[in-house]
Amino acid sequence: MTAQTFTHPWRKLKLTLSHRLADFNPTQWLISMLLPATGIVIFLMLWHVGAGQINTSLGTFPGPLDVVEQSQSLWEGHQAERESERAFYQRQEDRNAARMADDPGYTPTIHSYPGKATFIDQTVTSLVTVLAGFLVASVIAIPCGILIGLSRSTYLAVNPIIQIFKPVSPLAWLPLVTMVVSAVYVSDDPMFEKSFITSLFTVTLCSLWPTLINTAVGVANIDRDLLNVSKVLRLPTFTHIRKIVIPSAIPMMFTGLRVSLGIAWMVLIAAEMLAQNPGLGKFVWDEFQNGSSNSLGRIMVAVLAIGLIGYALDRIMLMLQQAVSWDKTSEQR
Amino acid sequence: MTQTHLELSGVGIDFPTPKGPFTALNNVNLKVHDGEFVSLIGHSGCGKSTVLNIVAGLHQATRGGVLLNGREVNEPGPERAVVFQNHSLLPWLSAWENVELAVKRVFGKTKSRTEIKEWIAHNLELVHMGHAMHKRPGEISGGMKQRVGIARALAMQPSVLLLDEPFGALDALTRAHLQDSLMEIQAQLGTTVIMITHDVDEAVLLSDRIVMMTNGPSATVGQILEVDLERPRNRLALADNAHYNHLRSEVLTFLYEKQRKIEPFSARTTASAQAKKKTEVA
Repeated sequence: MTAQTFTHPWRKLKLTLSHRLADFNPTQWLISMLLPATGIVIFLMLWHVGAGQINTSLGTFPGPLDVVEQSQSLWEGHQAERESERAFYQRQEDRNAARMADDPGYTPTIHSYPGKATFIDQTVTSLVTVLAGFLVASVIAIPCGILIGLSRSTYLAVNPIIQIFKPVSPLAWLPLVTMVVSAVYVSDDPMFEKSFITSLFTVTLCSLWPTLINTAVGVANIDRDLLNVSKVLRLPTFTHIRKIVIPSAIPMMFTGLRVSLGIAWMVLIAAEMLAQNPGLGKFVWDEFQNGSSNSLGRIMVAVLAIGLIGYALDRIMLMLQQAVSWDKTSEQR
Repeated sequence: MTQTHLELSGVGIDFPTPKGPFTALNNVNLKVHDGEFVSLIGHSGCGKSTVLNIVAGLHQATRGGVLLNGREVNEPGPERAVVFQNHSLLPWLSAWENVELAVKRVFGKTKSRTEIKEWIAHNLELVHMGHAMHKRPGEISGGMKQRVGIARALAMQPSVLLLDEPFGALDALTRAHLQDSLMEIQAQLGTTVIMITHDVDEAVLLSDRIVMMTNGPSATVGQILEVDLERPRNRLALADNAHYNHLRSEVLTFLYEKQRKIEPFSARTTASAQAKKKTEVA
């Protein structure tokens, strides 16, 4: 007998694509594009009309056009800030080079740029924080979930604790996390900002639970027949977990991970607002305090950015789930 | 074929219930010879599967015990490979990988890599699955899944192959195909087989002996029927065979006259549902 025959991934991809093309139905496609587009257009119109009716002390509520205008101005602001940062370092280098030429013994110092973080910078900070917090949460939650799912006694012991901590709001954790981080994370040359660590752990504490619970449920509900197969084969515990438990639980695990990531993103924005930690939340709060005529428009830009990023994160998780899971039918919601 | 290979002596099992222990099986005695094909038949809920699970080691007998080659069985192991009713293949692995998991576990230390590959391929060929070795369970039919399940069990080279209603979930034609395959394989390998079935034709066609079980609670062996039909057996030729039909009617008589269910329907379903629940808990 020949060894395993194997379809090359590239060939596989080409095959899938040609199948997709064969299945392509223009009418279907038009409908599937047209309906969401109609929804968006109607929403924009309602928003435009509605926004004009609301007057605040900072002017009318921002409509779609204000948002476009403000996002342009935020982008230009970002570009300008980058340019001035580049110029700042260039000036220092030129100055240092000149002094070195005069006095070879001179050791140059570079001052870091003191400019303020732009909208883009804040977005990047938030993204990095949320991913780090989510990663820490997952690294804790998945193994714990597996353990809880495997052992009924552990589940019974741990369940009340999970149930109590699960509904706690991030805002309640925040002061505690802040104080603990200040007390514990002491270092002369910190690798991360304290604010980053605080945001990260707040996110972790709140986004831990869905993954933990879903993993445990997924593990606890493995098909009895598959467990019997494992018993008949006398699989060692580790192989049992790797070959039977984890693949079985992956669909549930990913459902949990998606919920966790969604929560992580919402929690982070709230935590940043409250703690004045760098990120999109701080951006929103600063604009609110700033109270210029552009502020509401800028906040609206941030709101949309938060929504789009949340949506993108969820899609990425779904793609990851479909790539990892054997169950290719996992729902596209 | 005279040496006792597997012996059940005085096997009984109680399942705990809130109302005290429920005796599902009592005093089940059976001797199976090497290379013999034995069917267990009985009404649903009579504890056939429980007997098989005790032999497999998935359940522990409350009384009595099981000896395989003179050694007591008290935990599951690959020398008593089980084919479950619902194929129970790992859906995330291909047919090949499903068999590989078993082969690596049983022969990982004794066979070389190439030998393992050959052995996997050999067993898949044996059940006529050579053409779809790299398909996942979701991509093949129910009959094919069950074939892979049998290949996986055979690949463990078990001392006794335990089949728990292996063809119960299949349509009649597929079932006939698989029965023929199973007869062929058993003739070739001489594996000792215990099969649970509720299909009288299947039992008569495949078995050397048919063990008929009484109804529960306290189910036990009611009658044992020797099937002395010559092998190889052909289902078409046997359809008109007087002896075959006689054997068939003996089993039917046992099931529908001697062990006719006389309890009211509702009581029966609750009892069997309870028994099932307990089985699952245990």
